[in-house]
This record gives sequence, structure tokens and C-alpha cells, in this order.
Amino acid sequence: MKVLVSVKRVVDYNVRIQVKGDGSGVNLDGVKMSMNPFDEIAMEEAVRLKEAGTAEEVIAVTIGGDKAEEQLRSALAFGADRAIHVKVNEEVSPLTAARILKAVFEKEQPGLFLMGKQAIDDDNNQTGQMTSALLGIPQATFAGELKIDGNKATVVREVDAGLETIEVDLPAVVTADLRLNEPRYLKLPDIMKAKRKPVETVSMADLGVEAAPGLTVTKTSPPPARAAGIKVKTVDELVAALKDKGLV
Amino acid sequence: MTENEAVERDVMEYDVVIVGAGPAGLSAAIRLKQQNEDLAVCVVEKGSEVGAHILSGAIFEPRALNELIPDWKDKGAPLNTAVSRDDIYFMTGESGAFKMPGLFVPKTMHNHGNYIISLGKLCRWLGEQAEALGVEIYPGFPAQDAIIEDGIVRGIVTGDMGLDKEGKHKEGMYTPGMELRGKYTLFAEGCRGHIGKKLIRQYELDNDADPQHFGIGIKELWEIPAEKHQPGLVVHSAGWPLDLIGTGSLGGSFLYHLEDNKVAVGLIVDLSYTNPYLSPFDEFQRLKHHPVFKQYLEGGKRLSYGARALNKGGLYSIPKMVFPGGALIGCDLGTMNFAKIKGSHTAMKSGMLAADAAATALKAGGQGADVLESYPEAFKASWLYDELYRSRNFGVFLHKFGALIGGALNFIEQNLFGGKLPFTAHDRKRDHETLVPASQAQKIDYPKPDGKLSFDKLSSVFLSSTSHEEDQPSHLQLTDASIPIDKNLPEYAEPAQRYCPAGVYEVVEEKDGGKRFQINAANCVHCKTCDIKDPAQNITWVAPEGGGGPNYSAM
Amino acid sequence: MSKILVVAQHDDGQLNVATARAVKCASEVGGEVEVLVLAESGQSIGEAAAQLEGVSKVLVADNAANSQPLAAVLAPQIAKVAQDGGYSHVFGPNTTYGKDLMPRVAALMGVAMVTDIMAVHGAHEFDRPIYAGNAIVTVQADSGQAVVASVRCASYQAAGQGGSAAVEGISVDAELPTHTRYVGLKKEGGDRPDLQSAPRVVSGGRGVGSSENFKVIFDLADKLGAGVGASRAAVDSGYVPNDMQVGQTGKIIAPELYIAVGISGAIQHLAGIKDAGCIVAINSDEDAPIFEVADIGLVGDLFQVLPELQGKL
Repeated sequence: MKVLVSVKRVVDYNVRIQVKGDGSGVNLDGVKMSMNPFDEIAMEEAVRLKEAGTAEEVIAVTIGGDKAEEQLRSALAFGADRAIHVKVNEEVSPLTAARILKAVFEKEQPGLFLMGKQAIDDDNNQTGQMTSALLGIPQATFAGELKIDGNKATVVREVDAGLETIEVDLPAVVTADLRLNEPRYLKLPDIMKAKRKPVETVSMADLGVEAAPGLTVTKTSPPPARAAGIKVKTVDELVAALKDKGLV
Repeated sequence: MTENEAVERDVMEYDVVIVGAGPAGLSAAIRLKQQNEDLAVCVVEKGSEVGAHILSGAIFEPRALNELIPDWKDKGAPLNTAVSRDDIYFMTGESGAFKMPGLFVPKTMHNHGNYIISLGKLCRWLGEQAEALGVEIYPGFPAQDAIIEDGIVRGIVTGDMGLDKEGKHKEGMYTPGMELRGKYTLFAEGCRGHIGKKLIRQYELDNDADPQHFGIGIKELWEIPAEKHQPGLVVHSAGWPLDLIGTGSLGGSFLYHLEDNKVAVGLIVDLSYTNPYLSPFDEFQRLKHHPVFKQYLEGGKRLSYGARALNKGGLYSIPKMVFPGGALIGCDLGTMNFAKIKGSHTAMKSGMLAADAAATALKAGGQGADVLESYPEAFKASWLYDELYRSRNFGVFLHKFGALIGGALNFIEQNLFGGKLPFTAHDRKRDHETLVPASQAQKIDYPKPDGKLSFDKLSSVFLSSTSHEEDQPSHLQLTDASIPIDKNLPEYAEPAQRYCPAGVYEVVEEKDGGKRFQINAANCVHCKTCDIKDPAQNITWVAPEGGGGPNYSAM
Repeated sequence: MSKILVVAQHDDGQLNVATARAVKCASEVGGEVEVLVLAESGQSIGEAAAQLEGVSKVLVADNAANSQPLAAVLAPQIAKVAQDGGYSHVFGPNTTYGKDLMPRVAALMGVAMVTDIMAVHGAHEFDRPIYAGNAIVTVQADSGQAVVASVRCASYQAAGQGGSAAVEGISVDAELPTHTRYVGLKKEGGDRPDLQSAPRVVSGGRGVGSSENFKVIFDLADKLGAGVGASRAAVDSGYVPNDMQVGQTGKIIAPELYIAVGISGAIQHLAGIKDAGCIVAINSDEDAPIFEVADIGLVGDLFQVLPELQGKL
């Protein structure tokens, strides 16, 4: 089985982002970029499938500008066999990304498409679902556990009510949640080897994909600060205030 | 130092291994490849990426860069803001100051021809140049120790990953560090490098040198209202909130106008300060309320925060540079020119000189066991030596005579004698020996931060984007765990609580009235001040798990 | 004029309160608000939805295939109803149910989606959080297309009761896949809810003083049916294990009620609770920064306050 994994270049999760003073966006000047952490988990899962003999080949794909190749190199250092760089310099909406990933999927015909559940920059949490919808294949989002058995996968999903188990026919899109696994540390020799692994570069035109409608961002603002509320003097007042807010 | 035979480690071999991707290390790497493109050169860096741990003012003198990459402008080096004006103030109190007439400013403080930059950004650019030449750079991999065999440095071993708090292997995560062996190893860890410190001791490199002296630099990056912003303006000050006449607390402050309405503001406090109640962090916070600073910062927004120790001992504090199989370069060696408050160009030059020496030795078939004597020889013949010689008395005058009188002496030496007064001053008291007992010291009542110009420590550390894996052995090691509470607390009111700019050290009162020394290692911004200033020299800074530490964007 | 379809979330035959929050948001857009219930047998759920203020009609599509919330099965039906009914907006809650479902609906309809609406500026202009809420973007959707969106539950109160909309049974002509099958649901185990998803959380800080003293925190939490968290200071002091840590380097949570006990409120801790509905602070230090962000603050000795509070709840 082939496993396809999509990875996205995002602002590193340790960076405290700052909104620009003029509201035109977030300050990305000199900011550290990394692979989206949920994509790392997806990547790790794919490599474990390969190590377990379930997958024969792991292919990483990214959509982005020239620098996104750094994240593909990380994916290759994790253990992907090869990588596809869909070079797009503009921002890509989730639906456009889904169209691109659909085209890559159709070209590669993987048995499983792993992704992170969402990217930590725009927090959209849409691309996996949209890709599987366009492909007309099953989706298993928020995966906390994944078992492959022949042409079926059993996925334990982390939902609000608890842990939901579903079974899907393969191929399917599975999106990784935090507890699916803990990604390994990359080793220096693997990082070196990754430099020599093949990366294929394609454009949206090569894939025959046109951009889908998206949203226009008109303003970016810092989150409203929380303000101090009331001070109570006694426990009775506290209980009354909680009741007043319908919290107890 | 590393005789860890129990662990099987991967080994990679290089011609030259460089520890630290700062200006010295990257310049050395670039120079090596320029001398011989076939050399295998590798740079390890403890930060999560190149530049993540770089913090400097910074005013940059392009002399070394002109030599290393003459067409830096065409290649897009981030030197965007030329210095347009130098203002120097003597601060007489919390609102008083007088501006020093240009005539009396020591020549070393003139910045015509220099640039206001983010050194972090310059290092990222240098990293790209180095990689384009074929240098392998590995961020997120700290060198934990030197490999020393038969007295010869053979490379370094990177830190183990996946150890828990007790140092035990974490299930499925433990990844042993690997050996990076080089015919020569250049140490460019920056000020008070933790391996450099051990090498200096082991090879007795500082036997003939004066003690090194240090300062702590605390810096913030601000975005200020456009109408207050004057790109290229440089403001320096001495005196309040530190001493102007006395010598108990010395230092100086800076405010540089970069591009895009950004200003860098900071305070350098000499670690020779005497009052254990002094808090460099709080001195810096109150400094920003002085009208000289407030006039620019008011209405602005703080973007980033960080701190780093720096060496200021100068020429006579520089230890021996070489040992079998390797060399110290940059601030790991101590090449900062304190008279100019600049160390980037000197660090770069020292890296280039060491690289030349290594390239020459390798060309001659050197296998690395030897001592690169041609490096100190070339140093003596270089403009770097001349520059440091002229500045040799600068810091000492200030230490001995204070900001005003010492400053006057510096004016006389630098402007009238070109830095060549016919004598050399020495300062032999180490920075950890200067504190007076708490019982004889005056407590300092710092004002509460207002949340607009001044802030508390934890919200500041937040803006350094520092992060460490929580479940790992503490990288701040106490030789004797009882000293903080049993000795430092009664004698010096445990100064670590105050000299640490990141809130790492706390003395916590237990419910039963007992006291406990708490180390919040995850807050650490890797400034190394604790390793320097602890009066008992009981704290040893070692590298945490790879990638840990601050994530500075443009510092 | 907008015509908004709100997808109802229900579990165990009960309308989930998240639906009422989505209705509230839809009402702010204005126009007709209709609720769609997809269930095996959804009459009573539909009747509950009909009582929500602002709802003008409830559509109930019964189908055995709708017995479980499988996005692959539900999405084609929603897309079909939305397109046939000429709806300008399709809203769902940003619960895991809605997060799973709504993007699939949007893709089938070929339109963009707005995730996590936290404010409505107009029929096609909304605020939504990015970077884990560290920035807010105002987005403009194409007014020539239907808007599919999820509604951030924490930003909206539930719509009130008192409505009396008509409930209409419909049948939806959509092809439903069989490639996805529901196996089962294991509710988060134990007596104490999971910290990450609990609607109420009680956390203790260094002020609690010891591992033994943490009992007062656990006792109050059990009384409230709340999860238990801790500040980093409490974890570092060894009072509780690391997995209970709330904050920048611990868990980032958004309960409806967060009670911070003996926690000073460093920014690193606040980063973990900035989306909490109501923050209650109990601390003996009246200058503690936690009071600057607490909705309700009480200065006092936690060892007196907590037992008293527990008794009076």
C-alpha cells in the first residue's frame, strides 16, 4: 500500500505571533517556520505503517512557495521515500488545497491519505474533509488510533463525547489528532539522507487544477483582552454570582 | 570529557566541525569553503533554527563582512538602516539627563558608516550563504561535550534526546546524541560557552590572561508610532538607573531606530555590580520611564524580549586561543570590543582567521592533532588585534573610575591618544567575587510595572518565545544543592532570584516556614548570567535538549 | 434576505445545546432561520428545536442511515437540502460533530467555508480566530455563493426557549455511501471528566501548598462534576503530575467555568484559559494578576473558602 501524507509550512508553534500595527496581518518577519505539528503526527504514523510492513511507500506532498521544500525535507528525514512539491506562491484556500490534493491523489493512487487535523496557522480544519468529499472517499477525522486491516481501516476518533470508533473502506482520508502518536526525534544521518531523496516539483497547471473560491481577509486584529469582572466578598456572593450566570 | 562507552553512538566525520551558528561560527564556515570548496564542514547549533538564540543590539560595523562577502549588498544582506545620528546622554536621575556634545564623545562611539541591524536576521542570511557553499548546518542539535582523546580534541558529541527528568530513557523516544568528529573543531558558542568554559579550564588557556569580565544585556524590540520613528537614530546613555559617579553598578543603555517603525531598546549591566539586591531586569524596566526613552516608546507596543551575557574584558582577558585539534573563536574566546559595544565584526574576523589557519593546515595534509598556531599569529598581525589593543583600557577605566570619570579618561585615551596611552590597566577581581553581603547592602525598591512601558518578568519571558521540553533533566545544574538556601540566602539574599532575567530561580516559602530553591529551567533564555554571577560558582549551565531555548525572530 | 439552514446536532435522541448556540449566531445574521434534523427518528428532536427562539421552521429528515453522526452519510443530504431550498447560509456548531461535517458539506457544494464564527458583521462578513485565538481575522465571503460555516460555541449564548416553529418531515433524495460504518462510542471514562474537554474545571496553584492539600481541589471538582487542572508552579513543586498542567506549555482548555484556586495568573497560565467562558479566581493575594482577568474574584484563604463553597453548592 502507498501512503500519501500532506504537510504544511506554518509558523512554529513556539512562536508568539504578533498582529501588525496596521491590521494588515500577522508579523512574519524573521519568524521561525516549521512543519505543522499535526502533520508531523500524520507523518510519524505513515512511517510507523511502513516500519510495520503495512505500507510499502510513503510519499509526502506540500503546497507552497520555494521555502516549503524545507518541510518536505523534514518529511523525508522522518522517513518518506519521496516528495511532491506543488509550487504555489499565493495563499491557497482550503478548497483549492483540496482540489490540488485530489489531483495528486488521483495521480498517485495511494491506499491511505494521512493529514494533520488542522494547520495551526489559519486553524481552518477543512482540507482533509474537503479532499475526501471531492474524491468521494471516506474520511476519519481526529484520529487517535488507526488500525489497517486489508482494505479496511478502523479508526478511533477523538470526539467531544469520548472516543468514537468507525470503520472505513480504503482508500480513505485520515486526519491525525494529538494523541495518535508522539513523533520521533529526527536523527542527523536521516536529515542528511533526506537531502538526497527525490522531490518532484509540479504546478497547479501541471495538475490541471484551478483555484476555488475563498474568503477575503479584510482585517487582522489582536484578540480582545479579558477584562476584570466583579469582586465578591463572601462565598454566598460567589455562589449567587455563579447562579446568576447560570453556571451552577 | 566524554567517555560514555555504554551508549552506541552514530559517528559522522568532517574536516572541520563548528559549534554554534552565530557570526563567528558561520563566518568560519564560509571562509573554509571559500579557501577550499572540497572541505567537509559542519555547523551544529543548539537553537531550533539559525538565529533563534542570537541576541544583540545591534549596531554593525561592516568591516569583516566586506572582507568575507564583498558583494553582500547584491546578495541581499539585511543591512538596511545606516546610522544617521548618534545621541549620547548622561542620565543624572529618573528624569534628568544632559546630552554629551559630539565633541566629547569617545571616537569609538561614533557610528558613521555602521548599520543598525538584527543580528539574528544577519545570521540567518549568513547561514543561507554558508549552505549555498555546501556547509552542513544542523540547528536543534546542541554540542553537549567535546570528544577528547589523548589530550586532543577530536570533535563533539551532540546531546541525547528523550531523557526524562531523572535522566532515564523515555520509552520509544530516547535518541542518543551522535559523535561529530572533525580534524579541527572550532568552538563558537558565544559568551560563556559551556564547552568553551571546560576547555579553558582543562587546557589552562587563561593562565596568562586577566579574568574575563561580563555584562548582561537585556533587550526588547518595540513597534513605535510612525511620527516618533527616526530610522538610523542611535541613542546611548550612561548613569541612571545605574551609577554615574560610583562603581557599584555600571552599564549603559541603548535605543536604536531600525526600519518599519521598529526600535531596539536595552540595558547592559556590568556583572561586576556589588549590591546583591540589584536586579538588572528591574533596572531596565524603570529605565524605559526616563524621558529620554519614554519620548520614543510611549504609545508603542513591545514585540519581543530577550537577554544575553556578553564579555567585556577585552584584549588582556582573552585566553590562549588554541589547543590540540581546535580553537576558540568569537565571544567563546572573548573578542568583543567593549569600547565600541560591538562584538559581531570582531567575532566574524576571529572566525575567519581561525578558518584560514585550519584551511592552511588541512591543505598541508594536517590530520588535526596539532595546535593551529598560525591562528593566534595571524590574529596578532590583524586589524582585530590593533582594534582591541586600542580599546584595552576602556572597560577597566569604567570599572575603576565610574561612568563619568572613567568616561572622561576614555575620551582622553580614545580621542587624544588614538587608544594608545603608554600604559595598560588591569582589573583582576572576578565578577562573582564583587557582591557585598546583603546585611551591608541597601535594599532596592523597584517600582511596579505599569503594563505600558514596563512589564513583569514572566510576561517578558513569554515574548522571548522560549520553550523547553518539560520532562528532561534540568540543564541548570547545582554542584551542591544546599548552597542556595544554606549559604547564598543568608549571605546574599540569594541573588539568582534577581540577576536571572527570566524568572528561572525562585526561593519558595513552604507552608511550614521552610525555604526551598526552585529552578524553573523551562523559562531559561540561555543568557548564562547564573553561570557567571553565582557567588559560590555553584550553577553550571549545560545545553538542554535540542531546539530548547528562546525563539527570537529578529533580535 | 438571508435564508439560513442550521444543522442540528443531537446525541442519544436529545438536541445538543450547541445547536441553540448556532441558532443564536444565525439570528444575528438575520432573515429566516431554519433547522435541519437528520436522524433515524427525529420528531422529538425537531420539536425541541422548534422551541428555540428565532427559528422559523424545522425540517426533519428521518432515515435509518442517519442513526449515527457519520459525516460521509450526512453531508450529501445537507448539501442537497441546502441547494434545493435555495439557502444563503448553512451553519453548524464548531463541535467535533460540526468540524467533521461542515467542510464536507462545503466541498460538495463547491463553496468556501468559514470556520469558527465568533462575530457577525453582516450577511457575508464575519470574525474568526486564527493562531489558536492569538489573532482575529475579519473575513468576507463571496456574496454570490452560499456561506457554509461553523459557529464558535464559546462566543454565543444558547438561543432562548419560547419559539413555536412548525416541524416538517421531509425526505431527501441523495445517494448515501456505505463506505463508512459506525462501530461504537466509548464515553470518557472515570468519575472525573477529562481536563481537556470538561465543561467545568477547577485548578490549583502553588498557593495550595502541598500534594495532600490538593484534596480540597479534588473535592470541590467532584462536587461540581469538574475536571482538575494545575498551574505550572504546582506541577513543578511536585504537588500533581505534569499531565494536569494548564497553560502555554500544558493543556489549552476552554471550559464554560474555570475556577483558579491559589493561582497567581502568570501570562503563561492565562494562555491556556483565554477562551474559558467564566473565570473565577480565589486567592489570598489581592494583587495577584489573575484578578485582572477573572470574571468573578474572591480574596480569601482557600482552605476556608473551598469547604464553604462546596457546602453551599
